[in-house]
Amino acid sequence: MKKSVFLGTLSAAALLAGIAGAGTLDDVKARGQLICGTNVGLTGFGAPDANGNYQGFDVALCKAVAAAVLGDASKVKFVPTTGETRFTALASGEVDVLIRNSTWTFSRDVDLKFDFVAVNYYDGQGFMVKKDLGVSSAKELDGATICIQTGTTTELNLADFFKANNMTYTPVTIADDAEGQRQYLAGACDAYTTDASGLAASRATMPDADNHIILPEIISKEPLGPLVRHGDNQWGDVIRWTYYALVAAEEYGVTSANIEEMANTTQNPEIKRLLGVEGDLGAMLGLDKDWGKRAIAASGNYGEIFEANIGSATPIKLARGLNALWTQGGLQYAPPFR
Amino acid sequence: MGEFTPFVRTEMLAPQAPPVSQRGAIRWLRENLFSGPLNTVLTLLGLAALLWVVSHLGPWLLHSVWNANSLTECREIIAATWGEGASGACWAMVRDRWHQYLFGFYPSPLYWRPTLAFALLFVAIAPVLYSQLPRKLLLLTAVYPALTFWLLWGGSIWVPVVAMMGFGVFAVVFRLAQPRFGVPVSAGLGAVATSLWWMFAQAPVAAVLQSIAPVTLTSVDSDQFGGFLLSVVIGVTAISASLPMGILLALGRKSDMLLVRTLSVGFIEFIRGVPLITLLFTASLLLQYFLPPGSDFDIILRVIILVTFFAAAYIAEVIRGGLAALPRGQYEAADALGLDYWQAQRLIIMPQALKISIPGIVSSFIGLFKDTTLVAFVGLNDPLKGITQIVRADINWKGIYWEPYLFAGSIFFLICFGMSRYSMWLERKLKTDHR
Repeated sequence: MKKSVFLGTLSAAALLAGIAGAGTLDDVKARGQLICGTNVGLTGFGAPDANGNYQGFDVALCKAVAAAVLGDASKVKFVPTTGETRFTALASGEVDVLIRNSTWTFSRDVDLKFDFVAVNYYDGQGFMVKKDLGVSSAKELDGATICIQTGTTTELNLADFFKANNMTYTPVTIADDAEGQRQYLAGACDAYTTDASGLAASRATMPDADNHIILPEIISKEPLGPLVRHGDNQWGDVIRWTYYALVAAEEYGVTSANIEEMANTTQNPEIKRLLGVEGDLGAMLGLDKDWGKRAIAASGNYGEIFEANIGSATPIKLARGLNALWTQGGLQYAPPFR
Repeated sequence: MGEFTPFVRTEMLAPQAPPVSQRGAIRWLRENLFSGPLNTVLTLLGLAALLWVVSHLGPWLLHSVWNANSLTECREIIAATWGEGASGACWAMVRDRWHQYLFGFYPSPLYWRPTLAFALLFVAIAPVLYSQLPRKLLLLTAVYPALTFWLLWGGSIWVPVVAMMGFGVFAVVFRLAQPRFGVPVSAGLGAVATSLWWMFAQAPVAAVLQSIAPVTLTSVDSDQFGGFLLSVVIGVTAISASLPMGILLALGRKSDMLLVRTLSVGFIEFIRGVPLITLLFTASLLLQYFLPPGSDFDIILRVIILVTFFAAAYIAEVIRGGLAALPRGQYEAADALGLDYWQAQRLIIMPQALKISIPGIVSSFIGLFKDTTLVAFVGLNDPLKGITQIVRADINWKGIYWEPYLFAGSIFFLICFGMSRYSMWLERKLKTDHR
């Protein structure tokens, strides 16, 4: 009895939250501010700098959405969310959208009632070892001690990988990335495993980066992307197409530097539609016709954002890999703007 | 026959120094460090441990670097100065980010506001802590919460002023009602009147006053609070609010009235039975589901309220211990003097019970202050984990491990050590027995 009352209250509350969330686009416009759930601090993807301004790959997408919807990339309030609080913060309406390196999985999409609208970074779990261990493939790690964060999907992926390859390992459990890096450097484990982007960032800051290698095997799929509440399709469309506008801009060579020139001189009808010179794509989204132009102008196209935050010019030096455009052998592919 | 002359000393012998083994440093060593085989072994082991720590920590601290722009640069400087392979502390991180450890994301041109509020805190608590100071200072103590709220969050000065008027409403209603209805009923009436004031009169009155005399500071949002500013705001508010609440709960638990006793016991046992982290998650997540959609109930306020409840439940039990330690004769003597319940509590019971409870109360407060770092788990930027995580997310400082903990830890130590010394001083001052 008591339980059913409690569940009833909860579902009523969820229903209320659902009704309230039905028009997130209108809420954001009325508020004049986008509330973006972000990471508490992840190198290259989202963290405040010394002046307290949020910077990073995920943060740039938040700014692009704010520019598209509100016309001003600075009208974003970043709400730091931890691994534990992120989904509740979105479900309860505390944030409008969660752009926080969250992996798109079946249960999160279906059971937790969210919509992942796109994949802005394809990540995967990898291994880092010291060069003098003499290992060149993850399949040679039989019997190794491995530093692994507890309570994450990486722990399960690791177990699956070793079981599938009929190997054994000794886990050294760690609480967070800083501790993992320290334990690994202190020699507490032979290999350190986490998302490949995290490994690259850790390696970049090691005193002897050349003595460490990241093994070629990627043992899991971690499609990271923005997500919104289930059922608010108009808002989901705004996030999805803002993101695709950035990807398409890279494909068509539209950058933050040449965007004005492109808008005036281009003969390509697709670019014209993207930048709002022709057609009324903006109106279909519930925005004005310049939305795509503003989104791209905010921090540049997808490639510019990648290079500025995590690309080869930064100390993290991530290669585009799976995140290259489809025309260059990657997976980033924007559907047509028409 | 020779005259036998016995030897008679005519002057006193000069006093001799005690033997070497019975004086000075050697005696102290023998008595304190090498008094037996067991103590000798323990001393040697202790010395070895000390030597081990110093030999590891010493060079690391000695090689400290204060001027650098990144961890890599720190390492280069250490390698250049002390040779390859030397390790050293990189305090340049503290130099670069100290303002975030102290103030979080509070806008830097406004740092004077929290600084002033912190300085005024000492002026405001001084008359409470030291009874020999002029009593007029208590006036400042009374307005301090409103003043600090205004300094920290900014906005119109009339919002906190009108909120403080709510307590004025309480006082007036209580004064008027007390002769007729007695203390508990008139306190209830006062509380109802105050809530009505806050709910219905607060906004319009503040708006009217603001239009008559606009006094505003730039407003600062709660999400810009962080670091020790956040810890101190949560800690000080919860400490000062939980003591009166804890006293009332302790009295409620010993009350003869069934309803009051049941409610007090229920509250105390429920809060003590639930971990603080659960309450914080409730504050951060669950409350959002039950509030009307779109209502923005400040996260820091939510956290402060639940931390206060948590501390109050523990303080109540500490004070109940003090009450139980009082001899029955004290209660009977108060009754014999013709004092009513509240007079007896105020003049006889509480001064003694609180004195007995001082060590317990202060250690609860110290624990509470340190527990404020748990707010990191609900996404607030506490100094230990929240800010450290942000600093480490910067590619310049990624990989830094001990320095942030040592820095934050030493500030915590200073504050907690201060509290503990004050409580020892207070105990000595209030000591009336003749042991």
